Amino acid sequence: MTPRRIIGQPRRRVDGRAKVTGQTRFADDIILPRMLHCRLLRSTHPHARIVSIDTGKAEQLDGVHLVLTGESFPIAYGILPVSHDEHALCRDKVRFVGDPVAAVIARDEVTAESAVNLIDVVYGPLRTFAEPAESLAHDEPRIHDYGDHGNVHKAVSLQFGDVDAAMAAADHVFDDVFFFEGNTHLPIEQHASVAVKDPDGKLVIYTSTQTPHYLHRALAKALAMPAAHIRVVATPNGGGFGGKSDPFNHELVVAKAAMLLDRPVKICLNREEVFYCHRGRHPVTMRFRTGVTRDGKITALDLQTLLDGGSYGSYGVASTFYTGALQTVTYDIPRYRFRGCRVFTNKPPCGPKRGHGTPQSRFGQEVQLDKIAEHLKRDPAGLRLGMIAPPDSLTANYLRVGTIGLAECITKVVERSNWKDKFRKLPLGRGVGLACSSYLSGAGMPINWNDLPHSGVQLKLDRSGGVTVFCGATEIGQGSDDVLVGIVAEVLGIDPFDVRAVTGDTDLTPVDLGSYSSRVTLMMGNAAIQAAERARAIVAGPVAAKLGVPADRLVFADRRVFDSEQPDRSVTFQEAVCIAEARVGTIGTTGSYTPPKAAGHFKGGGVGPSPTYSYTAAVVEVDVDAETGWITVPRVWIAHDIGCALNPTLVRGQVEGSVYMGLGEALMEEQAFRRLPPRLSSALVHKFPSMLEYKSPTSLDMPEIVTDLIEHPDPRGPFGAKEVGQGPLLPIMPAVANAVYDAVGVRVDQIPVSPEKILRALQAKAAGKPARVGPASFPDVAWPEPLLVTPPHEGGDGRASNEPDRRLRRKAEAGVEATAGVRS
Amino acid sequence: MKVRLTCSVNQEPVDVLVDDYKTLLEVLREDLQLTGTKHGCELGECGACAVLVDGSPVLSCLVLAVESAGRRITTVEGLAADGRLHPLQECFADLGASQCGYCTPGILITAKALLDAEPNPSRERICEALSGNLCRCTGYLQIVEAVEAALRLGAASKQRQPLLAQSEPGAGQ
Repeated sequence: MTPRRIIGQPRRRVDGRAKVTGQTRFADDIILPRMLHCRLLRSTHPHARIVSIDTGKAEQLDGVHLVLTGESFPIAYGILPVSHDEHALCRDKVRFVGDPVAAVIARDEVTAESAVNLIDVVYGPLRTFAEPAESLAHDEPRIHDYGDHGNVHKAVSLQFGDVDAAMAAADHVFDDVFFFEGNTHLPIEQHASVAVKDPDGKLVIYTSTQTPHYLHRALAKALAMPAAHIRVVATPNGGGFGGKSDPFNHELVVAKAAMLLDRPVKICLNREEVFYCHRGRHPVTMRFRTGVTRDGKITALDLQTLLDGGSYGSYGVASTFYTGALQTVTYDIPRYRFRGCRVFTNKPPCGPKRGHGTPQSRFGQEVQLDKIAEHLKRDPAGLRLGMIAPPDSLTANYLRVGTIGLAECITKVVERSNWKDKFRKLPLGRGVGLACSSYLSGAGMPINWNDLPHSGVQLKLDRSGGVTVFCGATEIGQGSDDVLVGIVAEVLGIDPFDVRAVTGDTDLTPVDLGSYSSRVTLMMGNAAIQAAERARAIVAGPVAAKLGVPADRLVFADRRVFDSEQPDRSVTFQEAVCIAEARVGTIGTTGSYTPPKAAGHFKGGGVGPSPTYSYTAAVVEVDVDAETGWITVPRVWIAHDIGCALNPTLVRGQVEGSVYMGLGEALMEEQAFRRLPPRLSSALVHKFPSMLEYKSPTSLDMPEIVTDLIEHPDPRGPFGAKEVGQGPLLPIMPAVANAVYDAVGVRVDQIPVSPEKILRALQAKAAGKPARVGPASFPDVAWPEPLLVTPPHEGGDGRASNEPDRRLRRKAEAGVEATAGVRS
Repeated sequence: MKVRLTCSVNQEPVDVLVDDYKTLLEVLREDLQLTGTKHGCELGECGACAVLVDGSPVLSCLVLAVESAGRRITTVEGLAADGRLHPLQECFADLGASQCGYCTPGILITAKALLDAEPNPSRERICEALSGNLCRCTGYLQIVEAVEAALRLGAASKQRQPLLAQSEPGAGQ
């Protein structure tokens, strides 16, 4: 094999120049002739019937072209087929402060905003639900007229093996309750969209979306238009982190308005509105009961999670399953019961944020392991090393794990941080904490269940020696364009700058499902390799004939095609393309990727499977002022099992960016709400919808970060690569909490681990009370009977013994695309 | 009401009629179509809209355009000169300091102001100077390293040094 020229080398990303010159064109940078501007009227009530809307005065204002209300949007949509519960503008009721009620399209933003203020809405207030406990306690009024019952959106229960027997047989059973506060993505780019009716009369929308394919589907459905007449162009996202993964109200509104007015219509949300779009981290209360043997093996886990979903479905059913999916991928847990419940509340909808549903329970599990290690008088690193899930195996909940580099990760951070000289040995106020994690390299199931590829790539080779690569993948800053171009350039032996990437455009590019679940590098990458290898084969035949050497001896490298045994027998890549084109005609190829089928065949088995999983270990060092509770983080050591780093510069950026975002969640970030006093309507409002008050770390808050990459190529990934965008965030929050305990001996079983909580725990400790801050108990939830699935190592076949035959059910639903992956 | 604004933007004279309520940010982006300058809050919280006014970094969302009359304004579009990128731009592109790229123009401008004012800032000083510019992607470390690399490349002096070999498209072939 020829040595790699591009893959594995630190490189300037292909879109680097555009970004540093300000030429990357984000959605709000698009300015078109005759363009109009849109503003939305948002609800001032958290839960209310819309009694009437009077748009008369707004329509009369000079410069106003159109006023829209929910009447124009009769069809519901949503990201998951099981929860199409949104309308572009509210029709009969509002469900949170910020829910869009009406839209004005006018000659400029100022006019649109003035007109918005002239719209009179009469609301009939309803009881509001601020906390999950309230939603569980009161079935009426229902926030939605669907869901499991009352204000419970979804409650699920799965059991893999006889958990109670395993608990009874354990030497110790640990029982802990944790709480993880919600937080939000806070991308610096505010969501923006520009919609246009093109000269053919079709709809084009340029928009800051991570998921153009799903928006394409939502627009077709909600606007009742043929999908073939809609073009979605995902502009480069100025940060996503999951917050631009849903189809959004404003996208549907400007699309409709552009079609009605036959003029370009733009909207750019203000920062306050971005907080209302949310779809961020669910607040989760969780209870971990873990059976452990005296030598530190887990016998069973019994996990309950309660998710505060906010006001709409969003990805929530998937988020619920994700809180229980990946524990077994990290550690060997032979028997497992998972019960998860998501309730509706009158707050902005929660959804997927980096780590989607898994960081909350990762926090609980890793803090509990720290407690277990202490109880067993074991080193937390050693304890974990003894319980890592076996590689190339099927977990108790039927997730097929591939290579596992977790032991190397743990060993690396222990060595690098000098853990053994620090843990429980540092002076009061300084401490270290360790935690581990794993994450998907792409969701194994599509959101809309079908047998189609998850990612497609097309290649065009032309006589210039240049190559154009087309893929629906969406550049959100993670470097997907660079991964795509780097892979094609490596296989064809040309320079990355010889390759032009056309991405995220539903008219021009084959479907890629979107930038979520850390799926792009693996799925798009495998499709790109296939397309590029096919192109290489097409070129190699005629060139081999011309040079008089066997095709399998040809090497493509350094912009040349040459005989590996006599390298001077060669042509340039450009000549090679011309030789081949003369022989076979225009050269174009395709590649596609479909993940392996899930091993579990029970309802819920569609959430968690992935072609392979990444692993991470981190040690965080903290300084805690034992007087005030003030906490700082001077150093983080992190090791990540990535398989193969395609562009190490970008990989390092993903790891450090994850550590940064994890520290924000661990220490300060909160999407929190408060009730206004009765004289101000008692509304439930966001505490601080501004970047100044929603605290996030700055350059002054960043610790030194020592990053190590563990590179054992995984055969399932392109050049052996696994994900890196999300996994490294996960261990940070629990490692901080564990380090605080090491520093000052108090447990903060609640995120964020903010100074006032540490102080409260210190004061409790000083008063002789339990040195802990965190939830006292897990709320009562009426759980459904669990689906009983025998684990594979006990002879199970992946089906639930008490679930009706799903194959029959599937047949009955055949042809109905709305059969959601997450349902099955 | 429209008012006349005369100033210099990126060393070119500007003479335009603008709405009197508009901020410098809005006039740059909307009237002059210099969309390289970004916005993340329009409240002076994120730093994305930083531009240089007479050489000092200013949040253009907090300045009325009319206040800029007669001033010298530099935006990210004005950093490159003579067809070559500024060393800060080269180093940001090469060293992973720009991921989504949205905060990048404001950070480049802030860094340029620092390096123009101080010949040899320490890492602490760089972190302090950039602490008003939020970045959600990088974790800041590659940004700080890129500023230091640009310093070594001579960003603080007026002379431009030779660029990194790998920087130009197709170089090194």
